[in-house]
Amino acid sequence: MILTIAARELRSLFLSPLAWSLLAVMQFILAWLFLVQIESFTLLQPRLTGMEDAPGLTDLIIVPLFGNVALITLLVIPLLSMRLISEELRSGTFSLLLSAPVSMSRIVLGKYLGLLGMLGTVLLISMLMALSLLAGGVLDFGRLAACLLGLCLILAASAAIGLYISTLTSQPAVAAVGGYGLLLFLWLINLAAGADGKGSALFAWIAMPTHFDRLLSGLVRSSDLVYFMLCIAICLVFAVHRLDSLRTRP
Amino acid sequence: MEPLIKTEGLYRYYGKHCAVQNLSFELYPGEVLGLLGPNGAGKSSSLRMIAGNLAPSAGKIWLDGVDLQANPLQAKRVLGYLPENPPLYPELTVDEYLSYCARLHCIPGCAVDEAVSGAKDRCGLDDVGQRLIGNLSKGYQQRVGIAQAIVHDPTVVILDEPTVGLDPIQIREIRSLICDLGRERSVILSTHILPEVQATCSRVLILHQGEQAYVASLKDDAPQVSDCFLIRLAQPPEQASFAAMPGISHADQLACGHYRLHLESADVHSASKLAEQLVQAGWGLEGLAPEQPGLEQIFVRITTGEHGS
Repeated sequence: MILTIAARELRSLFLSPLAWSLLAVMQFILAWLFLVQIESFTLLQPRLTGMEDAPGLTDLIIVPLFGNVALITLLVIPLLSMRLISEELRSGTFSLLLSAPVSMSRIVLGKYLGLLGMLGTVLLISMLMALSLLAGGVLDFGRLAACLLGLCLILAASAAIGLYISTLTSQPAVAAVGGYGLLLFLWLINLAAGADGKGSALFAWIAMPTHFDRLLSGLVRSSDLVYFMLCIAICLVFAVHRLDSLRTRP
Repeated sequence: MEPLIKTEGLYRYYGKHCAVQNLSFELYPGEVLGLLGPNGAGKSSSLRMIAGNLAPSAGKIWLDGVDLQANPLQAKRVLGYLPENPPLYPELTVDEYLSYCARLHCIPGCAVDEAVSGAKDRCGLDDVGQRLIGNLSKGYQQRVGIAQAIVHDPTVVILDEPTVGLDPIQIREIRSLICDLGRERSVILSTHILPEVQATCSRVLILHQGEQAYVASLKDDAPQVSDCFLIRLAQPPEQASFAAMPGISHADQLACGHYRLHLESADVHSASKLAEQLVQAGWGLEGLAPEQPGLEQIFVRITTGEHGS
């Protein structure tokens, strides 16, 4: 049942020009940034050869590339997630799911998996870009795996947030604005951590980049994994409750 | 026999506004219930509650004996629902859409194609299976909506204004489809169109301001009692002489020789008694027909608060 809903979601997404245009624009921008990174690497290369323990391809190209992927997907996710539930509430198609023998949690999981499927293609194209470096160099695969894990988690967490915001309103545009607001806030909140870091450990912990950056640097800590998992679980549970309460709303 | 749909004391409030109050009825297999009412009478809210799309503020609903609130997943298995706006995805083709609906309703993968072609066949969609729903006309979209409600062969079918936007031929087809469905299932449909209820429904329920104002069976076998007769006379007398006759409260002249007589009281023998009286008076009785209070008169009387007509 979950897969049926997810498959319908993906199919509708790829039947509309939205998914293709988003992927095309993202790929263009990421390719541009990727080439810029490669160029700066080739300029640095003569100096790096003289250094001991010099940063390699993975440090200088893949880490910034994945950072950019995360940032650009952040701008794309609300556009995709607003369709998930807001648009169905507005067009009335949600009643198809409500009158079918499907529990609310399966509806939410199905929708979520559909969105993850779409983000999987984003992950795939950035992965292929990274692997294309193998044609002329060597990569640190351990580091690459950590980066990939970080990217997966941050995309999955952002998707869950977008899905929850989408359940709050039947206006897709409002859902998109809300999604942008919350995601940007979670990216920027650690600016309040300031230089001394006193009393702002909480803000630093709430901020997504704190955890993402550690994964990008190759450090896989269970507390960071728990942070993302918690974020996903909370948003999905909230979404289920929110949809349940839609039926009883006075 | 177990009723397929049973509701007991349903209430629904939107804030302080009460949209539905104290709705209780039972519907058995083979019955088609027509839900009538002016706009805003609570028809759609009632149907959405029975279809599990809206939680009632109070009251209970059983579908095929299963409590909808306590056990929604099992209860919804027997349910097919067409909301006011058909829940269609314009980017899918009719086939894709219907097989998605079939899968949602737990039809096993191997039986999906069969269910889809059966539903298309019943709703006259055979020729448009490969077309995008968004490109179909309103009438075809409405039919896809109905197909969606019956694709999994439910025993309880709820249709909210099923014939909106259809042309007269399609309306006839859909009516015969509804009669067909009503043979072994329970069907509820809401509509503004009174002849539709007379053509398809075995029972009618009129809602007015959220309240159940009138419930009646439309089956023909009930003995009909009327207190209103249309007569035709060859030698019409003075209007006043009707009032002098016992048992007649008043008479209206409709045309020359045509009158409508209102009786003071009515029973199953009132027609023969009236005929006797009129023949004895020697006015040349040419015709006498009981006038049934039509659904329209009842509807207007209830919804405008008028009494008598």
